[in-house]
Amino acid sequence: MSEGRVDAPSSQLPELGPPCGWDPGQQRGARTRGSGVRGRAVPQGRGRVGEAGKGWAWAGPSPTAALHPGFGSPAPALGVLVPDAASSGPGCREPACPAGPAPFPRASSLFLMLLPPGPSLLAPLNFTGTSCRGHLRPQPFWFNYRHVANTLSVYRSVKRLGIPDSHIVLMLADDMACNPRNPKPATVFSHKNMELNVYGDDVEVDYRSYEVTVENFLRVLTGRVPPSTPRSKRLLSDDRSNILIYMTGHGGNGFLKFQDSEEITNVELADAFEQMWQKRRYHEMLFIIDTCQGASMYERFYSPNVMALASSQVGEDSLSHQPDLAIGVHLMDRYTFYVLEFLEEIHPASQANMNDLFQVCPKSLCVSTPGHRTDLFQRNPQNVLITDFFGSVRKVEITTERVALNHLKCQKDEELTEPLNYAEQLPVAQIIHQKPKQKEWHPPGGFILGLWALILMVFFKTYGIKHMKYVF
Amino acid sequence: VAMAAPLVLHLLLALLLGSGGRSGAEPERDSLREELVLTPLPSGDVSATFQFRTRWDSELQLEGGTNHHFLRYAVLPREVVCTENLTPWKKLLPCSSKAGLSVLLKAERLFHTSYHSQAVHIRPVCRDAHCVSVSWELRQTLTVVFDAFTTGQGKKDWSLFRMFSRTITEACPLASQSHIYVDISRNSQENETLEVSPPPTSTYQAVVLGDRRTYAVYDLLNPATFSGSRSLNLQLRWKQFQDIGSQLVPFLHAQRYVSGYGLQKGELSTVLHNTHPYRAFPVLLLETVPWYLRLYVHTLAITTKGKENKPSYIHYQPAQDRLRPHLLEMLIQLPANSVTKVSIQFERALLKWTEYTPDPNHGFYVSPSVLSALVPNLVGAKPANWEESPLFSTMFPVSDSSSYFVRLYTEPLLVNLPTPDFSMPYNVICLTCTVVAVCYGSFYNLLTRTFHLEEPKRSRLVRWLANIIRRIRGVPPV
Repeated sequence: MSEGRVDAPSSQLPELGPPCGWDPGQQRGARTRGSGVRGRAVPQGRGRVGEAGKGWAWAGPSPTAALHPGFGSPAPALGVLVPDAASSGPGCREPACPAGPAPFPRASSLFLMLLPPGPSLLAPLNFTGTSCRGHLRPQPFWFNYRHVANTLSVYRSVKRLGIPDSHIVLMLADDMACNPRNPKPATVFSHKNMELNVYGDDVEVDYRSYEVTVENFLRVLTGRVPPSTPRSKRLLSDDRSNILIYMTGHGGNGFLKFQDSEEITNVELADAFEQMWQKRRYHEMLFIIDTCQGASMYERFYSPNVMALASSQVGEDSLSHQPDLAIGVHLMDRYTFYVLEFLEEIHPASQANMNDLFQVCPKSLCVSTPGHRTDLFQRNPQNVLITDFFGSVRKVEITTERVALNHLKCQKDEELTEPLNYAEQLPVAQIIHQKPKQKEWHPPGGFILGLWALILMVFFKTYGIKHMKYVF
Repeated sequence: VAMAAPLVLHLLLALLLGSGGRSGAEPERDSLREELVLTPLPSGDVSATFQFRTRWDSELQLEGGTNHHFLRYAVLPREVVCTENLTPWKKLLPCSSKAGLSVLLKAERLFHTSYHSQAVHIRPVCRDAHCVSVSWELRQTLTVVFDAFTTGQGKKDWSLFRMFSRTITEACPLASQSHIYVDISRNSQENETLEVSPPPTSTYQAVVLGDRRTYAVYDLLNPATFSGSRSLNLQLRWKQFQDIGSQLVPFLHAQRYVSGYGLQKGELSTVLHNTHPYRAFPVLLLETVPWYLRLYVHTLAITTKGKENKPSYIHYQPAQDRLRPHLLEMLIQLPANSVTKVSIQFERALLKWTEYTPDPNHGFYVSPSVLSALVPNLVGAKPANWEESPLFSTMFPVSDSSSYFVRLYTEPLLVNLPTPDFSMPYNVICLTCTVVAVCYGSFYNLLTRTFHLEEPKRSRLVRWLANIIRRIRGVPPV
């Protein structure tokens, strides 16, 4: 077994020390909760959310390009570490420590959850017809195209502002892009005349079609997911994370509809947030909802550090924006359309704050009255940057020095093992001459057992118990 | 396509180490090959198959060999395939979608097709001819069929730009081989029906699926391929479009369907066609039927040309409700030039209320059956050298060159199950509450209420006036 094997399963990895360049003093000062160092990669104490304004230079092209997404999401323990020339001494993590990008952006991970649920309650059947051939694909409600477009446009803005896919949980209940009714497959447009394709070329949907249920949504929020859930379907947040939750669909006073068969109530949502707070799963949360009577959904929140926005008040309907004649449905909802327009002007170093977001869709444009709730939020909305929730900036230091990785010692086994050969793809002779498997004998149960018990009882009752010794 | 993080790390490390430590004498520890095969079809459509093969050596050895007790087969009968399936698939490519053949992988074009298929295969392969140690191979294949009418606007001429809205500017820098093959088997010596431009650097002949085919080869690592312009836009033009008399029918193909009426029972049939003119061969048929279709195995009937065909081997594992599906595996001999029908009857089960999907009247999907066969070749072929032959001919290793291995999947089926009326709980609650409120409520009131008269209250002024009027009339006062 060669030392320093990195391809071993993670449970066998050597104990990782703190990352190099990690200054305990700075770290302690930065964290308010001082719960010590955790085993996994700790977000570097190079700046907190509140200090984002000072000393954060965002330079160069989009940060996502700097962190090469080629190999999927970096695992928190190992990560895609950019080698540093000055590899430090003992006590630091092997191999060389990152001078540059921390595994998580800034000191706070920003997680976005987007959620559009499904069709309306109006029609009991949500398909147009069956075919005996069984080739017809499920027809979701095509007129819910706008919900998917809403979600994807927020997803797009968030990705554009720097949050990677590994920090986004996207739940889409309907498939619109590859729907047979879509005249341009693999596209979802937000503006008419097909100006802006919000589906993009590198979308990653985590929960699709039947997986979008109230149960799954609450499990993702609270973290009570089955152990087999992959990382991309989990919300891996900690107490330094800012979370943005965006929900859209059909809703009413106090509930939001999922998949035409169930709904989530504002009480459930508030309780889920409280669970998250008690489990320290977020630092600050922004909740945006674009449904009819959306303000009812945030009435019941009682956990601290939650700010909420809604597209309409109780008793009002949120309206959709403009239809596209080629696609045949309304493309976006008004509130999200204007939010998207607002976000298109934000860049990762923008200083726009939440008060600007509150002004986004006045009644003249939106017809409904957007509302917001900030009483649970500790900071003044004026001081909260949009990019605190919608974007993330990573500090990247580029180095041009080379590094020599520890070369894996390939131990060529000198002992001559016998040559291997390919197994036969279809070993007909072997299959035919298989011995039939011996069926295991199980003692009888159920009916047969009852029958025999009855027979024996009748026999011994009739003839007396003295015959028993001849039987056994 | 759940690529484990360790596997991805292998890739990363292997590539990092490979590019640094390669020297002339040492064998390559990793390599990437990419290829694209364009096959014009008799209908005017064109099929494009991408194959990317990444091979690397790692110290991770496969323990236990190929013990069939560890074999697991899992299938998801229905998944909507869209860009979100393509994105992680592209991320496994070493050049991602930035260079080489993978720049052609744009979702908007790839999903506007009449057929789309993606696959990922990981397996150990022999490191060299001696086969003393193994290296790992990751093959990614993507096949699309462009429709002449929707994509080609009715014209049967194709080019890379028309298909993918992009042209190729360079090969992937990490690739050791990068080729494009165009199937020109239809061009006989005398009449060249298909014209390919720019002219290919070489041609290649191979026996593919039992038939001899000729390919025009473009080597993207050869700078002469790009000649003057920096980009390569292959064009396929038909000089004269002739309908081929004998269509190329594969030697083995199958269909599957459900017959019967009503929501109680039905029959599941698989029809296997062997179109080889004179050779019979065995086929291994694997059917996985979900538990809610209760199969009656005593009705299993296999008929060929009207007569019963007894399979050489049957393995059946019955289903357990909500735990395990039915597993039926049979080895059937297909006589030459025949049609075999395998049918079995089933009964539909009623599910529990919470087990239905949100749209239960759409139906439930039954996974396709899998056919594995060693189909005999029509022409002789020599076994391929893995490193030199193109990727499409080395997908399945065969030791015997007289047959090729093929694995077919039939169509998935959509079966309706008896569906309850989901509005019933609401109806029952409404009705019961109404009945209770109206009937019982009325009876209760009648039985427990007592009635007594009550004087209407009038004000003193009104009563005084009324008394005066009554005295005048001579009526007793109020």
